[in-house]
Amino acid sequence: MTRLPVLILGAGSDIAMATARRFAEAGYPLQLAARRTERLERDRADIELRHGVKVSLYDFDALDIASHSALLDSLPDLPGIAVSAIGLLGDQAENESDAGAAIRVMRTNYEAPACFLGEIANRFEARGSGTLVGISSVAGERGRATNYVYGSAKAGFTAYLSGLRNRLAGKGIHVLTVLPGFVDTRMTAGMDLPKRLTAQPDEVGRAIFAAVQRRRNILYVKPVWQLVMAVIRNIPEPVFKRLKL
Amino acid sequence: MMLSGWGRFPRQSCAVSDPRDIDELAQVLQAGSAIARGNGRSYGDSALNPVNTIDMRRFGRMVSFDPMTGQIVAEAGVLLADIIDTFLPRGWFPSVTPGTRFVTVGGMIASDVHGKNHHLHGAFGAFLDWIEVMAPDGRITRCSRTEKPELFHWTVGGMGLTGPIVCAAFRLRRVETGWIRQTNLPTRNLEETLAAFETHHSSTYSVAWIDCLTGGDTLGRSLISLGEHAAASDLAWDKRKQPFDTPAKRLLSMPVSAPAFVLNRHTVRAFNDIYYRRGAARPVEELSDWKSFFYPLDSILNWNRLYGRRGFIQFQCVLPPAASAAGLAALLERITHSGLGSFLAVLKRLGDAGTGISFPMPGYTLALDFPVSPGALDLLTELDRIALDHEGRFYLAKDSRMTPSTLRRSDKRAEDFRAMRQAMGLSSAFTSSQSERLLL
Repeated sequence: MTRLPVLILGAGSDIAMATARRFAEAGYPLQLAARRTERLERDRADIELRHGVKVSLYDFDALDIASHSALLDSLPDLPGIAVSAIGLLGDQAENESDAGAAIRVMRTNYEAPACFLGEIANRFEARGSGTLVGISSVAGERGRATNYVYGSAKAGFTAYLSGLRNRLAGKGIHVLTVLPGFVDTRMTAGMDLPKRLTAQPDEVGRAIFAAVQRRRNILYVKPVWQLVMAVIRNIPEPVFKRLKL
Repeated sequence: MMLSGWGRFPRQSCAVSDPRDIDELAQVLQAGSAIARGNGRSYGDSALNPVNTIDMRRFGRMVSFDPMTGQIVAEAGVLLADIIDTFLPRGWFPSVTPGTRFVTVGGMIASDVHGKNHHLHGAFGAFLDWIEVMAPDGRITRCSRTEKPELFHWTVGGMGLTGPIVCAAFRLRRVETGWIRQTNLPTRNLEETLAAFETHHSSTYSVAWIDCLTGGDTLGRSLISLGEHAAASDLAWDKRKQPFDTPAKRLLSMPVSAPAFVLNRHTVRAFNDIYYRRGAARPVEELSDWKSFFYPLDSILNWNRLYGRRGFIQFQCVLPPAASAAGLAALLERITHSGLGSFLAVLKRLGDAGTGISFPMPGYTLALDFPVSPGALDLLTELDRIALDHEGRFYLAKDSRMTPSTLRRSDKRAEDFRAMRQAMGLSSAFTSSQSERLLL
């Protein structure tokens, strides 16, 4: 059986690469799209050697929205599964003083992944099959002083995925929202993260793979995050606004 | 973080970084004298540096494979286990493998590891085509037997003290199956054991488990196992179709350290006795899957915890052929006399010596381990002396407590190594707790 490829957008991130590797291990060919794909050449060689699957690299800039459909047109096969790992943590202090920086974070975490998955969704709908995976964030569940620019964009993306899922339910297309929680990656390097709440990229990759197989709707990579976020969401606003989280 | 080798002794607080690419690695080197660390399978303090220990496991990608020659190019942090998982199903196996597959490529080169085929094929370095090493200024130098041969010579077996290994090319060997035709030979004493090694010199693989708690007539009684890669025609019909499929092993794990009383002279003696009897009762010929033959201990994750919280110390020396019989007898008598049993006492015939300060040389190597205690440390000092008296030398990948003078008396190359490091400007750039202790 030849499998349709898995397309990974923002493939340069640790979570994206771990997810790619997990799918390759299961025999899926990969289409990896990222900026500066030359830095992914060694990973491509390694994945092809280990798993004997074809790995293709595509250079793209997620913020160049007009390029999304061109990239999809250039793929030899429309993928069976598309994963968006597009995202940018940014710096909250900088985002507060520099609207340009804030806009970049908002666009990278909301506009770019939403529009790209939306474009793919239309093509999946025309075909009548496909799985969309959006890597969002628990930060989108409630705005906090320390990262609300990032969080608000992720909130938008989470809502978008929810709507997409609602629209495509019953049309053969599945949408998975991934809320990784803390992950030990390049993005969080240097942060002091609580060990019990922090996942390794491999763990996220495996969890996403399993969730796609089981057609889950929402994935908290570490189940404890579901509880943590339930508590955080339910703290009354008069109390919440005084908390330092 | 607190860090140790596989023996869990000594434990030191080390500043650890895990660079993800060449640029980050070059940067990390600027933080002070450094040592690269792989998967932490050397036993002592050779991959510890309190100021700057560099975890190389992010350099974990295979770069290329040439099915014509069997040459694989891999980054230093790639695990041997991953190489086997990838290439055994395609008919390739490591040309040399140590007793665990959870070692990195860089670690195998730095220790110039040997396997059960050393007497015929040599150590890991014999199958290396080239190595890329990072210099103190961050430049990468590729070295081989013909290109920068001096750097190559000292890097193989050089315990990481010539700079972090970042990438290497080495050759795998062709195999038809994932099975080993194993021959089991119990011997009654040391004389028989050594005679059996010489008789079976042409066996591809040979190793002996030696009972080091019996003296007198049975001193040196052993279970020798010999092995050959099985051909497809050696397999039963039902296995021939999938010659690389071997039974999946459940990985057991030691969840916590064993309390100290678990290993004492009585339990170890009983274990040795039962182990010998069971071994002697095994069929002479059997088919073993590759995991059981090469990596029996790998199926128990964290087996090092068996030795309790204080950890254990290893002793491994090699004695030249002429001195082996007398030297081994003296070592075994001393151990028997001490009553400190070693669980895993392994005896092996070694072949030609490698490069630099690589450990192997022709003769017999004896490897032992003991739970850490003042008595065990004293015993090892005495074993050092016996080995020195018999012109032996010691394996740095196992060592955690030797003195610099013992090293120098056993191995004339140690001073050359130190001089080379000074001349090449490496002494202050690359150090480990072991190199500081041994004044390398």
